[in-house]
Amino acid sequence: MDKTTNHKAWFLVLPVLALVAFSAVIPLMTVVNYSVQDTFGNNQFFWAGLEWFREMLESERMWNALGRQLVFSATILAIEVPLGIFVALNMPKRGIWASVCLVLMSLPLLIPWNVVGTIWQIFGRVDIGLLGYTLDKLGIDYNYTQDAVDAWITVIVMDVWHWTSLVALLAYAGLQSIPDAYYQAAKIDQASRWKVFRYIELPKMAGVLMIAVLLRFMDSFMIYTEPFVVTGGGPGNATTFLSIDLVKMALGQFDLGPAAAFSIMYFLVILLISWVFYTVMTNLDKKGG
Amino acid sequence: MADATMTEPRRAALPRVNTRAVVMGLYLLFLLLPIYWLVNMSLKTNAEILGGFSLWPRDLTLANYATILTDASWYMGYVNSLIYVVLNTVISVTVALPAAYAFSRYRFMGDKHLFFWLLTNRMAPPAVFALPFFQLYSSVGLFDTHIAVALAHCLFNVPLAVWILEGFMRGVPKEIDETAYIDGYSFPRFFVKIFMPLIASGIGVAAFFCFMFSWVELLLSRTLTSVDAKPIAATMTRTVSASGLDWGVLAAAGVLTIVPGALVIYFVRNYIAKGFALGRV
Amino acid sequence: MARITLDKLAHSYLPAPKSDDDWALKEMNHVWEDGAAYALLGPSGCGKSTLLNIISGLLAPSQGRILFDDADVTHAPTTERNIAQVFQFPVVYDTMTVRDNLAFPLRNRGRDPAYIAERVQAIARMIGMEDQLDRKARGLTADAKQKISLGRGMVRRDVNAILFDEPLTVIDPHMKWELRTQLKSLHRDFGHTMIYVTHDQTEALTFADKVVVMYDGRVVQIGTPEELFETPAHTFVGYFIGSPGMNVLPAQVDGTRAYIEGAEVPLAHGYGALSGKVEIGVRPEFARLTAGDGLPVKIRRIEDVGRHKIVRAEFFSHEINIIAREEDHIGADRTRVIFDPARVNVYADDWLVQGEAA
Repeated sequence: MDKTTNHKAWFLVLPVLALVAFSAVIPLMTVVNYSVQDTFGNNQFFWAGLEWFREMLESERMWNALGRQLVFSATILAIEVPLGIFVALNMPKRGIWASVCLVLMSLPLLIPWNVVGTIWQIFGRVDIGLLGYTLDKLGIDYNYTQDAVDAWITVIVMDVWHWTSLVALLAYAGLQSIPDAYYQAAKIDQASRWKVFRYIELPKMAGVLMIAVLLRFMDSFMIYTEPFVVTGGGPGNATTFLSIDLVKMALGQFDLGPAAAFSIMYFLVILLISWVFYTVMTNLDKKGG
Repeated sequence: MADATMTEPRRAALPRVNTRAVVMGLYLLFLLLPIYWLVNMSLKTNAEILGGFSLWPRDLTLANYATILTDASWYMGYVNSLIYVVLNTVISVTVALPAAYAFSRYRFMGDKHLFFWLLTNRMAPPAVFALPFFQLYSSVGLFDTHIAVALAHCLFNVPLAVWILEGFMRGVPKEIDETAYIDGYSFPRFFVKIFMPLIASGIGVAAFFCFMFSWVELLLSRTLTSVDAKPIAATMTRTVSASGLDWGVLAAAGVLTIVPGALVIYFVRNYIAKGFALGRV
Repeated sequence: MARITLDKLAHSYLPAPKSDDDWALKEMNHVWEDGAAYALLGPSGCGKSTLLNIISGLLAPSQGRILFDDADVTHAPTTERNIAQVFQFPVVYDTMTVRDNLAFPLRNRGRDPAYIAERVQAIARMIGMEDQLDRKARGLTADAKQKISLGRGMVRRDVNAILFDEPLTVIDPHMKWELRTQLKSLHRDFGHTMIYVTHDQTEALTFADKVVVMYDGRVVQIGTPEELFETPAHTFVGYFIGSPGMNVLPAQVDGTRAYIEGAEVPLAHGYGALSGKVEIGVRPEFARLTAGDGLPVKIRRIEDVGRHKIVRAEFFSHEINIIAREEDHIGADRTRVIFDPARVNVYADDWLVQGEAA
């Protein structure tokens, strides 16, 4: 759509600006402020320059958390995106069953995140949880509180359980926008099921899938509550992702300076990766029309 | 054409319907089993939970729910959560509407940068903001109030609402605005009387997402409250550590947190598919 | 290429149709010749899309059979019917190049690459897109996309029929004419059996050898454009084809005379006793204003459309349209209308009645 130039449009944006300035800019300034100062308590602060940033960049702890975070986000994206597409392709297109699937699939998305954690914490327990109990009875040694691999599997399965539906619903919305004529044409052209997917369904889903990937990347990169409830970041530091580490540092140990420096770098990493996604996405938008 | 409802030839469709049903059946089973287990536990006594393993409650009891619904320190958690979630939804959608209109209709100084900057706030990890928020709201005397949590959640909900609404508004032809101005409508009257009804489904979708993300968030809402505005999610975490292992009550509380979400989904079920496309398909 | 036979074909979207109205398509028996161009013409909801979907295999008819040559394909899936179809909205594979789009149906059938390359080249020449073969289909104009989908259908040499479902709906007016001409010449050169669904009479009349006019789930007439114009088999055909449509006036018919509101109209043929609702139909082209005798009319309006004038007149409460030549001066004394007796058709209960030689 052609837009007209009108600088008075700023007035329409003012409320949002004021609100976001209050709830984002001021706190962010506080963080920046902390990141360049040191304190010995008593509300006395000293200029510390970029000391905290240097310290954080050299700290093995942060790099480890970042590494775990990247592995986690990559893993869940690699599982949730294909699985979500697969589920969307198999969803009924219309009728009562379509509604039933939509409602049931949306359910995990609206459960408070700590309750998601609680559900899986219970579900995986060997004594009272269905999953843990079953695995135990099958003779599989499974204990997410003791074994790092088990903890990882639990956290990943939990995230897949929690968020695959979001990807599926987005992909489903994309599929719904394909007119029946395309499928009919594909039949006439004798296209295989794979080719229908590759040349009709996938191109039509590309736009929404980018949104799905972006949302899932951002949210998985900030994940805190769910794994914290299940594993508390353990065993050891096995499932201590960036946010968990940050909260430990800031609220647990009250290391404000390093935590603030950590925060800023954390935020920048997300911004950088999201910016790349955003650019690719808007380019796709332009090309696709 | 309206006179040709497309139906697939029966012979070709039958085998595929079956594999589809199997796939969906398995996926829904995967989704529902953990929830079932929570419901199952909430209907058992603690003795039964810990005493042995059972797939369904042998000794069905509603005592766990009774505990929650009769104890103010429990049920006020739900009330508090609902208050700030509704507040947040109203604030987010109200301020996002004019902004989304500006982004969808006009080009102005710095519009693209502003839009991206707004979106970056959606990308800000709540963990980064937890401590500064605590200090900010304490200093202005808003700590432990509903409005504090509602405002804090605006951090990620306002950008999202602007984004969703902008997508829906782009789909409304500009000629409608122009016709209304020619007919002598003032901007506010046009916006409320003509434009908002046109994007009603978009407003619904934005409200749905605001409700959803505000309802499920724990980190900020727990940090910003202590007693008076304590959300249910935080009440639950406290109970785990304090009363040890009252699994039955914990499970019942969890089930009750699913209920508002389930109700909301039920009401918007016909718009979910379109809504999740955020007006961008 | 094939002859298409519709044998006692009928369709209802209801599981147990009872009354006549429940049938979207009423029973029909027709044989459509191999290599001819047919247009299915009718207003929305007349059943033409239903019929097209039955031919393409999207729908299985409730009763009857459909044959391609001698093979019964009533329940064969689309894939086995070996047809091509061009849809209302252009269906192309956006992410592929034009070349890959055209090659797609052949590649899926596992044809020899050399043969495919040769066919793609030939088709591209036919649809005039040789210089755009390596472009992505995304971003092409609607008419180019429609050409590609047509080309995708024609690339197979052995298609039984090419179906068109209102293919010009989204095409710019000035391109419609060009595409239609191109289609016509392709048909002349290659002789595919073509079935073209439309509600636009100009498209139908200029494209087809035979026009199949449908109304209310029925085929009311199959004929050349000339036959539809001169002897509409049903009052609907008279009304639907032509601009303005045929004048239809209630009348009593007695031998070689018809009486409208008591006024006498001579006929070229003789008719026996007629029952039911009797009407006469005469095209505006064959009505003339005179100062002499004829039906006395009141002229309401004269529209000058450039090539000719349309006179809107009224006789009692019946509207009569008359087409007058551009150079005719219509004076105040021209208050009567006469019809060319040879061009007056007689209808009983909406269906044409054949007269005996007078």
